[in-house]
Amino acid sequence: MSEQTVRQFSQVSEGEALPERSIPVTRAHLVHYAGASGDRNVIHWDERTAKAVGLPDVIAHGMWSMGAAVQVVTDWVGDAGRVIDYGTRFTKPVVVPHDGGAQLEVTGKVTKTDPESKQATVELTVTCGGDKVLGRCRAVVQLD
Amino acid sequence: MAVNEDFQGRSYDPTPPFAVGREHIRDFADAVGAVDPIHHDVEAARAAGYADLVAPPTFAVIPGQRTDAQFVADPEAGVDYTRVVHGEQRFAHHRPIVAGDELRGVLHIDAIRAAGGHQMVTMRSEIIDAQDQPVATSLSTIVVRGGE
Repeated sequence: MSEQTVRQFSQVSEGEALPERSIPVTRAHLVHYAGASGDRNVIHWDERTAKAVGLPDVIAHGMWSMGAAVQVVTDWVGDAGRVIDYGTRFTKPVVVPHDGGAQLEVTGKVTKTDPESKQATVELTVTCGGDKVLGRCRAVVQLD
Repeated sequence: MAVNEDFQGRSYDPTPPFAVGREHIRDFADAVGAVDPIHHDVEAARAAGYADLVAPPTFAVIPGQRTDAQFVADPEAGVDYTRVVHGEQRFAHHRPIVAGDELRGVLHIDAIRAAGGHQMVTMRSEIIDAQDQPVATSLSTIVVRGGE
């Protein structure tokens, strides 16, 4: 296994756009996430229960969306261990229909760089069907 | 049922240890589509300077939510879980979580406030390792929707 290339602070500039990505999500993804994370809330895999509590259909775990979206940052940095701060608001649920599932669209932009600490802040925009599903979604990465 | 505001400002003793395993890291990474080899390949993780497989950035939600459960699952706290929506989440990583870690969480109920017929609870879990050193801070805000 060859060593990965990790992005250097000198290679990063404010306003820089990260490579964008479309991330598909199906019920199978949610069942996998339920098991791996321990969040087995039924609204994330059973349509009848989701509708009974007033949801339009099964919805993705907010934490799944948060975890999937940050891959745009970790792939760009080249070292997932560099994310030192990551936060978001869950503004709208991601509805995942039985047929075809749904798709997240993730874009990212460097909004701040600090030469002293060599930290860069990336603001992520995460939408599903045109709706913003994560708000104030920001990751801070520690570079060399 | 309403959230018991007497819990605001309360702090808890550390939870029992949560052992971070390699297969759990690999499985969680697969579930969120995390392909960085440092989550999957021990040699790659060591080559990148880590002691073992590195957990993805949101893996801390697992020990975090186990820590939060002391509050949300306490009947005295008055949280109706069928009315809970995750409002906000933030992780500050003091160091990466790696396989082999034995993590404990120290829960603080930072705020319980009313907002437009709902109640919002901010829980802070300070995740520490076997040497009591800080690993991560998980800040989680839940919204408990008001009754009809």
